[in-house]
Amino acid sequence: MAELRQRGATDKELKHQHSEDKGSETEGKERDGASDSETKPEVPVSADDTPEVLNKALSGLSSRWKNWWVRGILTLAMISFFFFIIYLGPMVLMMIVLCVQIKCFQEIITIGYSVYHSYDLPWFRTLSWYFLLCVNYFFYGETVTDYFFTLVQREEPLRILSKYHRFISFALYLTGFCMFVLSLVKKHYRLQFYMFGWTHVTLLIVVTQSHLIIHNLFEGMIWFIVPISCVICNDIMAYMFGFFFGRTPLIKLSPKKTWEGFIGGFFSTIVFGILLSYVMAGYSYFVCPVEFNNDSNRFTVDCQPSELFQLQDYSLPSVLQSITGWTTVKLYPFQIHSIALSSFASIMGPFGGFFASGFKRAFKIKDFANTIPGHGGIMDRFDCQYLMATFVNVYIASFIRGPNPSKVIQQLLALRPDQQLHIFNSLKAHLTEKGLLPALEEAA
Amino acid sequence: MTELRRRGGGDQDSAENISDKEADGDDRLAFPDEGDGEMVGDSKAETPDAPPSTDNTPQCLNKALEGLSSRWKNWWIRGILSLTMIIGFFLIIYLGPIMLIIVVMGVQIKCFHEIITIGYRVYHSYELPWFRTLSWYFLICVNYFFYGETVADYFGALVQREEPLQFLVRYHRFISFALYLAGFCMFVLSLVKKHYRLQFYMFAWTHVTLLIVVTQSHLVIQNLFEGMIWFIVPISIVICNDIMAYLFGFFFGRTPLIKLSPKKTWEGFIGGFFATVVLSFFFAYLLSQYQYFVCPVEYDSETNRFAVECEPSNLFMIQEYTLPAVVQNALRWKTVNLYPFQIHSIALSSFASLIGPFGGFFASGFKRAFKIKDFADTIPGHGGIMDRFDCQYLMATFVHVYITSFIRGPNPSKVLQQLLVLQPEQQLGIFNTLRNQLREKGLLPPAVEEAQ
Repeated sequence: MAELRQRGATDKELKHQHSEDKGSETEGKERDGASDSETKPEVPVSADDTPEVLNKALSGLSSRWKNWWVRGILTLAMISFFFFIIYLGPMVLMMIVLCVQIKCFQEIITIGYSVYHSYDLPWFRTLSWYFLLCVNYFFYGETVTDYFFTLVQREEPLRILSKYHRFISFALYLTGFCMFVLSLVKKHYRLQFYMFGWTHVTLLIVVTQSHLIIHNLFEGMIWFIVPISCVICNDIMAYMFGFFFGRTPLIKLSPKKTWEGFIGGFFSTIVFGILLSYVMAGYSYFVCPVEFNNDSNRFTVDCQPSELFQLQDYSLPSVLQSITGWTTVKLYPFQIHSIALSSFASIMGPFGGFFASGFKRAFKIKDFANTIPGHGGIMDRFDCQYLMATFVNVYIASFIRGPNPSKVIQQLLALRPDQQLHIFNSLKAHLTEKGLLPALEEAA
Repeated sequence: MTELRRRGGGDQDSAENISDKEADGDDRLAFPDEGDGEMVGDSKAETPDAPPSTDNTPQCLNKALEGLSSRWKNWWIRGILSLTMIIGFFLIIYLGPIMLIIVVMGVQIKCFHEIITIGYRVYHSYELPWFRTLSWYFLICVNYFFYGETVADYFGALVQREEPLQFLVRYHRFISFALYLAGFCMFVLSLVKKHYRLQFYMFAWTHVTLLIVVTQSHLVIQNLFEGMIWFIVPISIVICNDIMAYLFGFFFGRTPLIKLSPKKTWEGFIGGFFATVVLSFFFAYLLSQYQYFVCPVEYDSETNRFAVECEPSNLFMIQEYTLPAVVQNALRWKTVNLYPFQIHSIALSSFASLIGPFGGFFASGFKRAFKIKDFADTIPGHGGIMDRFDCQYLMATFVHVYITSFIRGPNPSKVLQQLLVLQPEQQLGIFNTLRNQLREKGLLPPAVEEAQ
């Protein structure tokens, strides 16, 4: 996110920045003393990998506007791509999430290698990817067991894999652990432990979040689309407001962020969130939980929309009543929730961005990678999303839905018969109290 | 665990320490482009060598062992302290589950403290005052999260009674997440220009430590609730393996096992394996007879205490097993009476003997990597708490995974809890499914009656 701001600067500013960076680095070298005065090779100036076609089209403009156009065009390209894959459906979305996760993991691990000069530890690259596989296997296994329950029960090998899933995952992880211990080489202990730690923290950040995103997705595509859109919107709006009205710096860590951008972004994101939710809540494609249909072996999004997505009347507080002259307003309850989501995106999301900026400064890199021309690596685009995914998941679990019914049935059927009977009786008593069961049942 | 081996060697130790320093020199030579030998955070490769362990043996012991030579003195100190620790262990078991939970918590905090202190020393980050606060804050957050989940599961009845507890339980995840976020934001706000890298390192170090130490200690507590035997037997197995492998290595040791721990031998490894399997087999037999160890720990809402009373499950009732023909000829017994738990104990002890040592090697590698002799000096003759517990960690996770995969199903009260939170239509649906299921199994009277 800081990138957005730094790159928008003029040519002169760019050069000035470079020399500033170098200057501060030299100072840093003298002062940092104890901490990191290692002579890290200067990051090579980002290779210009803008596609040729764009280059030709923009050859006439000055460097500053060229940069602006490149970023603008790629932003539009990414947003269109986003809409396209939404259209393609949940399956494709899941695969894209998986790919993004793998790319982010690769980017961060590559940084680790270059920081620690550990290219010459061949085992370690294998081990990092192996751990990624293990953790993904564990998480996907849990997801598959939850959502594809009937499919799993049908196929015998899947049933066994699912029953002993934790044990198998643990055994796979242990194998990796033992390989790590056996691969410890006398002169490189510290390096190897650093890379081990680096890999695990990366897994913790990248992989768990991507699985939370998939959980959100299964809850309903709207829980996937709206948070991501809010974060993107906040990015863009904060940039715009900062560009036009920016005056007071926000935080030393990202010198180009301003309070005006922050506050302006906050309000515009909330408004955007409300409008977007209104548009999306009308379609069952977005609103229904994604389910796996056993008969057609496909994902379906068909359901009776829950209360959250049905228009309700809200009476306005008297202040607003006098201003707008309306007594009630029709809203989806989901729009109220979207206010909470957008507030989080605007207030906390930037902290994820500051974290990533601090990380880049700590390890003296300009971008995570050079994948997207004008924007840097995939991680650069996704740094604010991470906190958002966890927040949405926690929000859903706490305020929206209860436990997943099929999971509860699954657990029930795994209990012993006497425990099942006990629960059955408790449930019967509970339902009869609520009047959901005819009293006849009691007599029987 | 390696300590056991190295210290038993007496003077050969110092020779080894020197060769460690040489290895250090090799370290420096291997990376010439580091210029003045700066590695990340390693400034001047001068992690100050750990000060030689101060001798904090109590005075009385010192007087009693004056006469003996240094080697035997060391041996006696270790022996006496081992006995003390084992007796302490039995005492705590006698005191009951609450005491055990408190002790596990105490050990967890001490281990966390030891590892974080090492991190501070490695990174010279004593001067970042915020960071100590933040590390402890994260420890509290993660513990709050885990204990909250445990309390909600096991103290279901108590929680339903108290209103504030109900609120805390319902929004538990949200509250924990909010607490964690507060810490995260504090971290971001505390980033100081010259110390970015250090701060990120300490952040990562804290998180990896939390991952290792805190999750494992909670798995230990979950195992404990399953039945004290699932807590006692694994820990005893690991201790037994340590001691047996040491003794076998001491008397018969010849072929080195792994470069990482030069004093471990194959003879010790294999001897320890067999001895542990046999000993734990008998130990399991001994413990399976007592309800106190075998029953799940439950919270009694009326007496507000932990109760360990129950009908022992099948696992802890003697059953007859027919021996395979080979063994029948050898022993002339046809069948043998065993607790099924003893069969499981074989699996547990195999794991402890074969994979447990890897935990020890990991800790040895860690100590060599950061050039420390012990994690701390808490226990005279043995080092820090982490030194004693390094092999236990893998064991705790293994036992937990083993229990969930092979022994018990889901926790019934947790399932009931989830049921009561569902929407009424969903509850009805599940009710019908369950009713059909139970009817098929013959546990409920058939449907015919209800039609009337």
